[in-house]
Amino acid sequence: MRAHETLLVALCLLPAFAHAEPLRSGSTFLSDNLRARQADDGANPAMLWVDEGRRLWREKRGLSDRACASCHGATASSMRDVATRYPLVDESGRLLNLEARINVCRTTKQQADALAYESEELLSLTAFIAYQSRGLPMRVATGGTAGPYLKRGEAFFNRRQGQLNLSCANCHVDHVGKRLRGDIISHGLGNGYPTYRIEWQSIGSLHRRLRACSFGVRAVRFDYGSQEYLELELYLAARANGVKVETPAIRR
Amino acid sequence: MARNSARVSMPAKAQKGEVIEIKTLIQHRMETGYRVDATGKNIPRDIVHRMRVFYAGEEVFAMDFTQGVAANPYVALALRAEQSGEFLFVWEDHDKTLATVRKTLTVVG
Repeated sequence: MRAHETLLVALCLLPAFAHAEPLRSGSTFLSDNLRARQADDGANPAMLWVDEGRRLWREKRGLSDRACASCHGATASSMRDVATRYPLVDESGRLLNLEARINVCRTTKQQADALAYESEELLSLTAFIAYQSRGLPMRVATGGTAGPYLKRGEAFFNRRQGQLNLSCANCHVDHVGKRLRGDIISHGLGNGYPTYRIEWQSIGSLHRRLRACSFGVRAVRFDYGSQEYLELELYLAARANGVKVETPAIRR
Repeated sequence: MARNSARVSMPAKAQKGEVIEIKTLIQHRMETGYRVDATGKNIPRDIVHRMRVFYAGEEVFAMDFTQGVAANPYVALALRAEQSGEFLFVWEDHDKTLATVRKTLTVVG
């Protein structure tokens, strides 16, 4: 492809993500009480998992006998802003979210077994790392190698599916701010994950939330860490670009 | 959840006579005992039964929990700071201690 064509394609891709203003975070749809609880580290139950993640960060694992802290430093300040860039495409061309990146580190650097998706350990570590980016705006890459993944994520978002024949956009674009039973529909951004969901009485990953949405429209529920959800996660993150990370957030 | 980590947020320093707010959280599933698993078998009740707070060796607060309390109980309490001393927070099941947290409060003036 010639240079000017590349530029043209890049320009065509831009408008969808060049929001005049960032979209409203999910927390702005919460009650005042829940928002206050999220903002108060002494009252936010998700901080229990952040504490656990901090402990795991320093724990030596695997054949290498190294902890996360051995390479990245004890305070994890080296992880500042990392979560704002995930999901991203790594050197090998694979699309990775934060959970997948942690497991790459575990299997290759620490030479330990990968952590199961949605295990307490992986949730805690992910929450602890994403927490280092709290308050910083999301800024995932949308061009270059991420482009094709993003396109597929966008197509997923706009495709009607399930017995109810609804797309993500039917709720999270067309009916934002309106009520869906007891809840208010948000823009469906992932800027607070892993998040403490009142319904779960626990912390959970974005993919767990996506599975709940798929179930809600009676569509296929994809596996945790599946390519479909990874691509969707990238598109949601691109929609959230400019919105501040709130991990560990509280949602209904 | 096997792990019952707890956290306590409170000021490290206070003026004599000042009322301080203490916020506590414990990670606990608070299983009610009323639910059944996929095979229809009863899931045994598993809850925090009592939370106790000691201040300078004296028990100053205690609270009984029931199966109606949600998972990961959050309890906030207010106390008047009278003297410097150690706080001990204890969460108990019927037969064992689930978690303890120690904090020190320095009272000035």
